[in-house]
Amino acid sequence: MKITLTIDGKPSEATIDPGECLMDVLRRLGHTSVKNGCDRGDCGSCAVLLDGRAVNACLVFAAQLDGAAITTVEGLEGPGGLHPLQFTALDGGAVQCGFCTPGILMTALDLLTDHPDPTEAEVRRALAGSYCRCTGYVKPVAAILTAAALLRDGRRD
Amino acid sequence: MTEERNKFTVVGVSERKLDGRALVTGAPVFAGDVTPPGAVHIALLTSPVAHARIRSIDTSAAEAHPGVVCVLTHTNTPEMRYTTAGQGHPEPSPYDTRMFDTKVRFVGDRVAAVAAETLQAARDAAARITVDFEELPPVLSIDAALAPGAPVIHDEGDSLDVFDAAHNIVSVVAARSGDVAAGLAESAVTVETTIETQYAQHAPLEPHVVVTHLDPNGRLVIVSSTQVPFHVRRIVARLLELPIHRVRVIKPRLGGGFGVKQEVLIEDVAAMVTLRTGRPARFEYTREQEFVSARTRHPMRIKVRLGAKADGTLHAIDMQAISNTGAYGAHGLTVLSNTGSKTLPLYNKAPHVSFDGRVVYTTLPVAGAYRGYGGTQGSFALETAMDDLADKLGLDPVVLRQRNHIRIGETSPIFEELGEGRKGAPQIITSCALGECLLQGAERFNWIARRARHPGNGPIRRGVGMSVHMQGSGIALIDMAAATIRMNDDGSFHLLTGSTDLGTGSDTVMAQIAAEVLGVGMDSMLVTAADTDLTPFDKGAYASSTTYVSGRAVELAARKVREQILAVAAVMLDTTPDGLAIVGGQIEGPHRVVSLAEIGRRSYYGPDPAQIAASASFVPEASPPPFMAAFAEVEVDVETGLIRVTDFLAAVDCGTVVNPLMTEGQVEGAIANGIGYALTEEMQFTLRGRVKNPDLARYKIPGAADLPPITVILVDSYEPTGPMGAKSVAEIGINGPLPAIANAVHHAAGIRLTRPPFSPEKVWRELRKSAVASQQSSAGKAT
Repeated sequence: MKITLTIDGKPSEATIDPGECLMDVLRRLGHTSVKNGCDRGDCGSCAVLLDGRAVNACLVFAAQLDGAAITTVEGLEGPGGLHPLQFTALDGGAVQCGFCTPGILMTALDLLTDHPDPTEAEVRRALAGSYCRCTGYVKPVAAILTAAALLRDGRRD
Repeated sequence: MTEERNKFTVVGVSERKLDGRALVTGAPVFAGDVTPPGAVHIALLTSPVAHARIRSIDTSAAEAHPGVVCVLTHTNTPEMRYTTAGQGHPEPSPYDTRMFDTKVRFVGDRVAAVAAETLQAARDAAARITVDFEELPPVLSIDAALAPGAPVIHDEGDSLDVFDAAHNIVSVVAARSGDVAAGLAESAVTVETTIETQYAQHAPLEPHVVVTHLDPNGRLVIVSSTQVPFHVRRIVARLLELPIHRVRVIKPRLGGGFGVKQEVLIEDVAAMVTLRTGRPARFEYTREQEFVSARTRHPMRIKVRLGAKADGTLHAIDMQAISNTGAYGAHGLTVLSNTGSKTLPLYNKAPHVSFDGRVVYTTLPVAGAYRGYGGTQGSFALETAMDDLADKLGLDPVVLRQRNHIRIGETSPIFEELGEGRKGAPQIITSCALGECLLQGAERFNWIARRARHPGNGPIRRGVGMSVHMQGSGIALIDMAAATIRMNDDGSFHLLTGSTDLGTGSDTVMAQIAAEVLGVGMDSMLVTAADTDLTPFDKGAYASSTTYVSGRAVELAARKVREQILAVAAVMLDTTPDGLAIVGGQIEGPHRVVSLAEIGRRSYYGPDPAQIAASASFVPEASPPPFMAAFAEVEVDVETGLIRVTDFLAAVDCGTVVNPLMTEGQVEGAIANGIGYALTEEMQFTLRGRVKNPDLARYKIPGAADLPPITVILVDSYEPTGPMGAKSVAEIGINGPLPAIANAVHHAAGIRLTRPPFSPEKVWRELRKSAVASQQSSAGKAT
């Protein structure tokens, strides 16, 4: 079957199997920032924004999504440069292997949409479904808090 | 040492990761991100039983399945034995494995592989293979493996370097100094403890993945998520009977390894499919296969006996370990050796030391290299025994360590007695800030006050515990690293290193070391790494070796390039090279200044053009240990048995800190992994040897909300044999949580935990046992 998606602001048509999940479709379309860490919703590596909210793309049937808007980490960088979440992750030592990074950044973006000034505990709770095996979360959490502050100050880069 | 360090301008700075921008923007930089057009996909059929002979295997239905291009089984693949352990040649692991065998030895062992046009077709076809198994009795524990008359797991007869296959013993290790029995008898105080650790898995977020193809000249190209590209090239070439030079291995960005990618687990299958079909092939483990069919940490049973004089000076240490390597012996011998060699030298004051160990086969998943590499298990036994000893002596645990730990200028006989499956290398400690780690750690943690605090009488008891640790920096006298540096005509440099960045940031660290020597900033450094066609040899990333061993090769290559530059500069400046230096990308002569860009241009286009470039190799003569003091605070709910770690601090001596943010990150991540190992992580098995929890929902690794504040102190230290004074840091952090948490629980609740993970049920049972025991003893006193 065919569906139409808006991916990172660009319209895209995909021919899909009825049983295919969004993660597989996105990766097949070349959006390989959407990582497959477990294929069953445990690890959060495939998190993307679906109509503005974070979902594990491996748990969503693509067939349900005709007309939906998807944002991946590939769409975060603006004309002004890296998104503050990307910039603070890069500058704050929050990226080690970087495999979990796209999912963590999209999950954090979802959090900051509703909670522009989160506490550390709120950030940690928001990341409860996003595993990282390299960092111990110390620097990713700190980077998200710094990004939140930058965004509150109205800075995009 | 501090003066030396203050001279650095690039080393010691938290430079951004060279690959960081690509990673935060989600660029397709991992092995699994690029699938060549026309690639076939591979699915694995694994054994459903723990121990069986394959009587027959019928693949006709699979071969007839639409889209199937190739089916591999023991009937059509090479029979030669090898080891999957990605170690230097000759590997100190037994050759007890075949690509596909006529026998299966654990649930998850390879039976067949199917390549098809789509992954779904490959999986469907694999399910249509029928196998006639002659089931054999499983062997599911150390005791079962060693029982008289136990089923023989490796009865094949053609395996090499198995110590005693008829009794399921892979290898034995022994090392002694003095007379430990006499030493224990002479001691004023003795303690004994036996610990038993669990099956644990690395769980890197990226599962194993490989993509293979033939290049236009028919050479085999393997793009793999590996920690050891050169070992993969050598091992796969042998298996496929190709000359080594017909194989190219590329490691792109890697999504974490922690040791599990120091194994050749999937490359041989994909490569064989590509050779048989001529087509690109992609093979990726599922998360379930990552748990079941990849590698794990060796479960061990370790008995430690300590003897000390009345003043707390250690007099005798006896460690006896039995390691379960599972169905194959990958890393069995060397991990066990490290159980002793990465722990016993810490306490070099004891004249009587003994280590005995055996590695046994079972029909359970295969153990392998895992961050800490045996030192993690040995540390748990030794450091909890030390806690008991402190108790018995009435000494503060910190003070007991202060009295006994190794210091600069000292040695331990264990360094020479216990190597990597053979004799080791004698070494004198040339840097050790463990004393400072203890002092600064105890102060920042507020140890004395917290230790003096009463645990409380309510349901929540609070306590603190600590432990000290060492690891190594590479493998002395065995593992070589090489580096090449070329100058470009704009004065920038291209570093070619075989070292393998697992996500640690080591490519950046290598560039920082080169930049420091070459007197340039990071914007003048390009790095190409871990491509067997382009980069010089490097052992790969394991044994905490990259900064110390590969970094030293980079430093030596950079020095040679610097010499060449200064020779050209001397001609241009009409002076002699002595006294010239590269500072900020230029060289100042008596009358004028030349830039590296001018020298680079001249090296290409003259006068007298000649490429400025150099290579260097490094084989370490020693493996200088990093050191760590770890401190934990816990709350124990004595009604439910639930342990909460509420604070964790590690003070680390890793020599010069090349990149502070990355170094802290190494320790923080290792501690998080270690807390998981202590509290929740355990592969559980059915009575028939099947893993019950092969997923990240039921095998619980720590999430962001599960962890305490983690504080890392990097203590000032300088290792004279290391690049810019650096040692290693990758592994040591993981050794701390298990003993420090167990010791904190002992302080809080008076129970001695010996079997991780410390689940509420286990803790509750221990609490109940100790309550019953104390009731009985007070009842005894009353009568």
